[in-house]
Amino acid sequence: MIEKIIIAGAGGQGIMLLGKVLAEAAMQEGKFVTWLPAYGAEVRGGTAHCMVIISDRRIGSPRINQPDSLIIMNNPSLKKFKERVKNKTLLIINSSLVDKLPPKNTETLSHPFTDLAIKLGNIKVANMLALGCYFARKNIVEEKTVLKVIFEMAPADKKGLVEINQKALKEGLRLR
Amino acid sequence: MKRILMTGNEAMAEGAIQAGCRFYAGYPITPQNEIPAYMAGHMPQAGGVFIQAESELAAINMVFGAAACGARAMTSSSSPGISLKQEGISYMAGAELPAVIVDVMRGGPGLGNIWPAQSDYFQATRSGGHGDYHCIVLAPSFVQEAYDFMPAAFDLADKYRNPVIILGDGMLGQTMEPLHVTTSPRHHVTRQNKKWALTGCKGRTPNIVKSFYMKEGDLEKVNLLLQKKYKTIKIREQRYEGLFLDDAKVIIVAYGTMARICRAAVERLREKAKKVGLIRPISLWPFPENAFRLVNSRARRRVKFLVAEMSYGQMLEDVRLTLDGQAEVGFLGRSGGGIPSEEEIISKIKKL
Amino acid sequence: MGKVFSHSKSLRNISTHYCAGCGHGIAHRLIAEVVDELNIREQVIAVAPVGCAVIAYDYWDFDCSEAAHGRALAVATAIKRVRPQNIVFTYQGDGDLAAIGTNETIHAANRGENLTVIFINNAVYGMTGGQMAPTTLLGQKTATTPQGRKPEEGYPLKISEMLALLAGVKYIERTALSSPQEVMKTKKAIRQAFQNQIDHVGFSLVEILSPCPTYWAMPPRQALDWINNVMAKEFPLGRIK
Repeated sequence: MIEKIIIAGAGGQGIMLLGKVLAEAAMQEGKFVTWLPAYGAEVRGGTAHCMVIISDRRIGSPRINQPDSLIIMNNPSLKKFKERVKNKTLLIINSSLVDKLPPKNTETLSHPFTDLAIKLGNIKVANMLALGCYFARKNIVEEKTVLKVIFEMAPADKKGLVEINQKALKEGLRLR
Repeated sequence: MKRILMTGNEAMAEGAIQAGCRFYAGYPITPQNEIPAYMAGHMPQAGGVFIQAESELAAINMVFGAAACGARAMTSSSSPGISLKQEGISYMAGAELPAVIVDVMRGGPGLGNIWPAQSDYFQATRSGGHGDYHCIVLAPSFVQEAYDFMPAAFDLADKYRNPVIILGDGMLGQTMEPLHVTTSPRHHVTRQNKKWALTGCKGRTPNIVKSFYMKEGDLEKVNLLLQKKYKTIKIREQRYEGLFLDDAKVIIVAYGTMARICRAAVERLREKAKKVGLIRPISLWPFPENAFRLVNSRARRRVKFLVAEMSYGQMLEDVRLTLDGQAEVGFLGRSGGGIPSEEEIISKIKKL
Repeated sequence: MGKVFSHSKSLRNISTHYCAGCGHGIAHRLIAEVVDELNIREQVIAVAPVGCAVIAYDYWDFDCSEAAHGRALAVATAIKRVRPQNIVFTYQGDGDLAAIGTNETIHAANRGENLTVIFINNAVYGMTGGQMAPTTLLGQKTATTPQGRKPEEGYPLKISEMLALLAGVKYIERTALSSPQEVMKTKKAIRQAFQNQIDHVGFSLVEILSPCPTYWAMPPRQALDWINNVMAKEFPLGRIK
């Protein structure tokens, strides 16, 4: 098993964190993982992204040319990564902020994560909704592991945010 | 044992602290900024010194000073910054001061870019600064190795009183991977054994740390002693990893990030019963000539080698010098941000 | 009758390589006397410069480190941070401290490192053959200003006055080796700069106007007069901070 995921969106959408939660959960279940951020000045521009690979065996390049899954949280990110989409790439799209049509030949799950997050009471949990949606489709780590990771990764002074993040993840898992 | 997710940069910093490093000076440059940030946060707790220096030159010369008085000392930078440090590294080699220098390589020449590259192989493995000298150079491939190599690097530096370079790249530095942290306190280290260190001349004749020898014949004597030391290092400290060398018809030679990509390519080809192997130099200087001796000289004529690097043929020269015309050597190189993929390596091997 | 004067313990009993009338020998000796008097010989670590005094470690009888040209204060910063129990000083010429090492000088001073800096200003590069230094006076002839230094080649750099502006700097005094009285004042300033370090006061620097008869192209006595009558006009003596 090897799963290559690119997560892309705007700075402030919790893109890096989404990738870290995913990588941490997979690591806790004994998988090989790599997490590679986009570093440098472009992080402040249109898109932020990170690349996560989860595998049963040692991982070669942490860089992903052709992703198995692509989580897209805004328009510029779709533009940036649509060329890398191959047949059967799973595309998860935040329709609140993406109005362009996704490339053909992809399996696309499109949901308004940002709007759903606002309804839940915190716009920042759009990332966990998207992550839940991803897990619902690709069952690569157990829900309880992810919930545990969300708790562990919250800094001591932000444990109050654990509940809403866990709730967002569970909501996301229900999206199909 | 607990595993934690860490970037290669943080792993090198933590590995250094675990290795007893108690002095760090550095200057900001991407893609290694996580190292000084980690050191700033953790070195004071370890009872060590962290200084953000005013320049790369100041940083390396601070390391010179700290090493001169016996501390395990380290600096880190990325390619353009390492160029600036070369003068200081030459002085340390000349004065026989142990220290560790981490180079998280990026694209060059000039300001280049901040993406991973391996184009400073020559600079690291030849004398990067002036004079006849060598640094010991170790190249980790994975985050775990980025951590594990640090104690080895400090031990080698102390053992031979010689600067050691950890040659990584932006990919290694920025990637997070699971890391086993072993916390065996190692800072009992040899400060008291460093009889040459500057500590004040209480109860002994004064110590002098220097690389300057004006009297006719003196420098030559010192240089011959250095050469003798380098010869010993060449014999004793070659490190490498060999994969499927017994029956390989094609052997890839790659180090660092490139080696992990080549390893994955080799594994994929083996699944299809292709007889491919890998020599992965861990010590780049001394270059692991012994690895090539494993492929015995008769077989060597029939084996094809493929050197893969994120540069345009630097390690290639060491491979050619080692093989001395006894085998065909192919080459695959990209640099300036481009990283050869598993697929590129596989298709290159098919064409050999 | 007790002994009232003897050779400094901190100075090896050998002759120096300096030219006749050079100030380095006197400055070395003043430092050695102060180190003896403060009883810190076994704690001192000196950082010698690149310049005429590059082999100062052959003359002083205590621990010394070389430093690359201009980097003395980076080296000294690390030594003092790693070994705060030692007394660390740099000995630097004008080219070392105020040209190639300006950056290290300013930033060590600005960090307020608890160091003692002995700055020898002789307005010329000596070791390399008498080229223009940052402190060369306007009109002064050197190997690289054969017509005399012109303003477009830069004005004499008053680095001590510049450093005095920095909050991290606690003590700066400019003295000269131009007469027995001035030599005694110099020794007093050096002593103060070392005492400050012992007392954890902070960055202390003594700038010493020092004769270089060879590259000033004048006899030793005239060189001393030149310090008093010409050089000290540009670089006024006394406490700067």
